[in-house]
Amino acid sequence: MALAHMDEKSRHDIEPPVWSDDMLKQRRARAKAMAWALAGFMILVFAVTLVKLGANVLDRPL
Amino acid sequence: MSDVSIETAKATGADQLQIGTARDFFALLKPRVMSLVVFTGIVGMVVAPGSIHPVLGFMALLCIAVGAGASGALNMWYDADIDARMTRTAERPVPKGKVTAGEALGFGATLSVISVVAMGLFVNYTAAALLGITIGFYLFIYTMWLKRRTPQNIVIGGAAGAFPPMIGWAAVTGSVSLESIVLFAIIFMWTPPHFWALALYRKGDYEGVGVPMLPVVAGKHETRKQILIYSVLLVPVTLAPVALGFAGAVYGAGTASLGAIFLALAWQVWTAGTHGDEVESDIRAKRLFLFSIFYLFLIFALFLVERVPGLYMPVI
Repeated sequence: MALAHMDEKSRHDIEPPVWSDDMLKQRRARAKAMAWALAGFMILVFAVTLVKLGANVLDRPL
Repeated sequence: MSDVSIETAKATGADQLQIGTARDFFALLKPRVMSLVVFTGIVGMVVAPGSIHPVLGFMALLCIAVGAGASGALNMWYDADIDARMTRTAERPVPKGKVTAGEALGFGATLSVISVVAMGLFVNYTAAALLGITIGFYLFIYTMWLKRRTPQNIVIGGAAGAFPPMIGWAAVTGSVSLESIVLFAIIFMWTPPHFWALALYRKGDYEGVGVPMLPVVAGKHETRKQILIYSVLLVPVTLAPVALGFAGAVYGAGTASLGAIFLALAWQVWTAGTHGDEVESDIRAKRLFLFSIFYLFLIFALFLVERVPGLYMPVI
């Protein structure tokens, strides 16, 4: 890795990539899509859990 | 960026890194192929004896869809080099530089694991095993091993696309039976004439990237002959569900009619070739290719139609 051979000052001199407004917008949209997909999956897993448990969820020792 | 993406970006003149959108990642899942896979999976579930809770059924279908999509993403990762040089595939997200090959690999691998594990935990282990085999077969056997080595690539590799109805069946019954093997066989026998019709009129594309499709290796004449042979074999296989008693007269009549059209189109491709009319042969091959998609969809739709109360009339 080239970074390993750099001194501390040089490392801080590296210019961070410039994110244009369009790129940021696209990244935000992608993150939102992923969040929706994960939320949907979470709800589905919860629903499947209820279905698998069925009436057994009420049949527990007190 | 991977080497492939850098090369592609250079080739397309892109001077800055592009951010893959959700739409680009969705395109990695080959949505059109996925829709046919999901449809045949649904048919497998509906035809299977027994029942499945709708929520579990939805989960099973989602796993089949995501698993199939993951295979597509992994295929695009591995084939990024040749996709960039073929007209049909040059617009895919990796060759376009919108998604890096590494991202496609990570995306495909993650979804593969999630789909198989979810199928195992929430549906059953048989369906999960079949889904895992499907993904592995498509990636390792077809994409990595056969595709660039033998003209039999899509004959053997076609098995990967034939598994979904069997997975649907297994999701309901937890087992593999003769009926589900017949559903598998229908798609397995349909795949060669379907892809060889495409390869006939896209021969130049495959030739350019060194993929040994049948027209490239054995010539167009031999391919037309093989299309005809496989079409003749396909029709009796599609009628096997009637003989086995899990499809009735409506399915039988519909499938026989569709089979006759399929055979007629395959015959037309063959005769155009024997008359030496290559242009006409390519036009007819394209017609056969497009019809073959419609054909498979309708055959599986007929299974569903027969499930409408009152429409099932047993033949045997």
